Amino acid sequence: MSKILLHGTEAICEGAIRNGCRAFFGYPITPQNEVPEYMSVKMPQVGGVFVQAESEVAAINMVYGAAGAGTRAMTSSSSPGVSLKQEGISYIACARIPCVIVNVMRAGPGLGGIQPAQGDYFQATKGGGHGDYHLIVLAPSSAQEACDFTYSAFDLSEKYRVPVMILADGMIGQIMEPVELPPMRDLAEIPEKDWATSGHYGKERRVLNSLIIKPEELEPHVNELNATYAEIYANERRAVEYKTEDAEIVLTAYGTPARIVKSAVNALRAEGIKAGCIRPITLYPFPDDVFAACAARDCTKAFLSVELSLGQMVEDVKLAVNGKKPVYFYGRTGGNVPDEEEIIRAAKESLAKANG
Amino acid sequence: MIKILLAGQGGQGVLSAGKFLAASGLHEGKEVSYLPAYGPEMRGGTANCSVIVSEEEIASPLCTTPDVLIALNSPSFHKFAPRVKSGGIILVNGSLSDADAGRSDVRVYKIDAGEIAIEAGNVRSANMVMTGALCALTGCVKEESILACIKTQFAEKPKVCEVNERAFRMGIAVVSEK
Amino acid sequence: MKKVFEKTKMLTDVHLHYCPGCTHGIVHRLVAESIEELGLQENCIGVAPVGCAVFAYDYFNCDMQEAAHGRAPAVATGIKRTHPDSTVFVYQGDGDLASIGMAETVHAAARGEKFTVIFINNSIYGMTGGQMAPTTLVGQKATTCQSGRNPEVNGYPIRICELLATLDAPYYIERVSTQDVKHVLAAKKAIKKALQFQKEGRGYTFVEVLVSCPTNWHMSPTEALRFMGEECTKTFPLGVFRDKSKEVEA
Repeated sequence: MSKILLHGTEAICEGAIRNGCRAFFGYPITPQNEVPEYMSVKMPQVGGVFVQAESEVAAINMVYGAAGAGTRAMTSSSSPGVSLKQEGISYIACARIPCVIVNVMRAGPGLGGIQPAQGDYFQATKGGGHGDYHLIVLAPSSAQEACDFTYSAFDLSEKYRVPVMILADGMIGQIMEPVELPPMRDLAEIPEKDWATSGHYGKERRVLNSLIIKPEELEPHVNELNATYAEIYANERRAVEYKTEDAEIVLTAYGTPARIVKSAVNALRAEGIKAGCIRPITLYPFPDDVFAACAARDCTKAFLSVELSLGQMVEDVKLAVNGKKPVYFYGRTGGNVPDEEEIIRAAKESLAKANG
Repeated sequence: MIKILLAGQGGQGVLSAGKFLAASGLHEGKEVSYLPAYGPEMRGGTANCSVIVSEEEIASPLCTTPDVLIALNSPSFHKFAPRVKSGGIILVNGSLSDADAGRSDVRVYKIDAGEIAIEAGNVRSANMVMTGALCALTGCVKEESILACIKTQFAEKPKVCEVNERAFRMGIAVVSEK
Repeated sequence: MKKVFEKTKMLTDVHLHYCPGCTHGIVHRLVAESIEELGLQENCIGVAPVGCAVFAYDYFNCDMQEAAHGRAPAVATGIKRTHPDSTVFVYQGDGDLASIGMAETVHAAARGEKFTVIFINNSIYGMTGGQMAPTTLVGQKATTCQSGRNPEVNGYPIRICELLATLDAPYYIERVSTQDVKHVLAAKKAIKKALQFQKEGRGYTFVEVLVSCPTNWHMSPTEALRFMGEECTKTFPLGVFRDKSKEVEA
């Protein structure tokens, strides 16, 4: 199959449509407006549903309804809009409704700015709304991955009955790259949902609910959710390593910054500095095994987390490294993206501190 | 690997020229990336995009220090000229800008893209004049690839197609004469 | 023995949790009977609100989704759009529909979503213990306006039927009451009509039902019914606000 040039946002849409997404609900917000625009054209062409909701709040609840009734459904937004969706996401997590939520992150807090950022890492990976729950969080770093991860998000979400978030940044939303599209999935292949409220036609009636008012019933339900998260942790942690085998300084980043970090690693190697990098693909579950393995190597002197935030993923890196090696941080915020030179400088400083 | 930064005013075709380059690179089986700067939607605002065409995998899509700058107006020229890699190339639209980059370690080509585009049939094809000059100077993508992309893009507008083709060829010619 | 009454199969056998004298249960029965009588039970999906009717998912004998506070019309939009052949109804109280869920309510109506909304207006927050609602009458007492609703401080009650009737899309809008048998029978007719219109795929249908809350109105059940008939209907006049089936084709 040949590649075509696609925007990251279009790649997300194609990944969704090709894996059976037949309902999309959204509300305009920069930098992801191309998602609802694209879906408004494509959904009717594949017999799906597109509704421009009155708010992000309504959009996520439309997802609740459609996905709860058994249709593969998705919504997309950017940081402030995703904050508005958190109520709905918490209900969806409790009612165990599989669906996909896209966050093309922009700079915050508040209305913030519209340039790329990664300040929603905590919100995405630690639950985001009220209560004890998690989402599966996938972080694409190219248009191809935006397509592939969104495609697989639907299967993952249904396998565990846990909502999946695609956590992208503004650059992934706007970049155009060659993408090889997966074939269109035959809807008949998608497993039947024995919990969906699709009109019961004489079957045992089905209820989707997040109100479990008796403590003796809510606790087992939350424990069951937690058992699912443990299963997801065991099965689904994913990361890509690059030249870490002999690395003295191990950089780490996700999304677009991971690509700049990779260029920085190549440049550092060219100068004779043994650098490598780890790029988490799943942010929840966090691929702590890969970090722990690196931390256990004698050659590894230090870690450096590079983020478009004030330091969020670095906390998970520290937990994974567990004090075995120093973990440093370099970040930019406000919509600024560090270039290769800044990262190279930060890596050298980290190494000097670790050796000093 | 060649890193190209295209900049100008919104409406000058900066972004579409960038997409033509990326599509042409892909057409040749190369690795490409196209990253536009984005801002609040505004007619007449500034526009720029980074295009990388490469034989190997592209890691960073940023063009912080581009090999080539295409500047379609004076503010873009002066803003980005200092960032061009030493030994790099700047193509500046002489119809709307001076050509004094204030440095001698880059080659500056002043191209009267506006006048040439008018001669080609439409001032809006100035972006293709610059693209033609870029291809002739750097060979970053083949001339046939761009021409094929123009044909596909404007398949239903034969007149626009013709003007863009002509502008592109005139852009090649203007740097080849020098 | 001769059977003189049979409970509708559209209601489960779960005991209703409503307070004695509350007419919520009557409305449940009217909705359930209408669905069964129209033969819609086998392919029906309901959406329960947050408020007194929060446990409605336990009572209606069909597939049910429990929505977040105020979001039932958005949830129902997601269901109906993906299941256009199913009967979809939402059941909401005044706090849910007219306060926190006003945006979802108005926009679902404006889009002409082809489901049925049953709106329970008892002019008070029941579940949380008698706070002021967007439909609390001027002068009516609530725990958050203890000397009675004062328009200077609390503004005025919102008339939802009248508000929705300003929109082009809704097919059918009616306000009914449960103050006595005659009105209950009329309410049943309105609810059944709305569901019939949905069955025919006509458009957005909305029935507001005035309901009593003896507990939080601090009245006996009989006093509460009298209050509903005499006072509530002054602010919320009964009647049909939209019926496109009666409109002459242009």
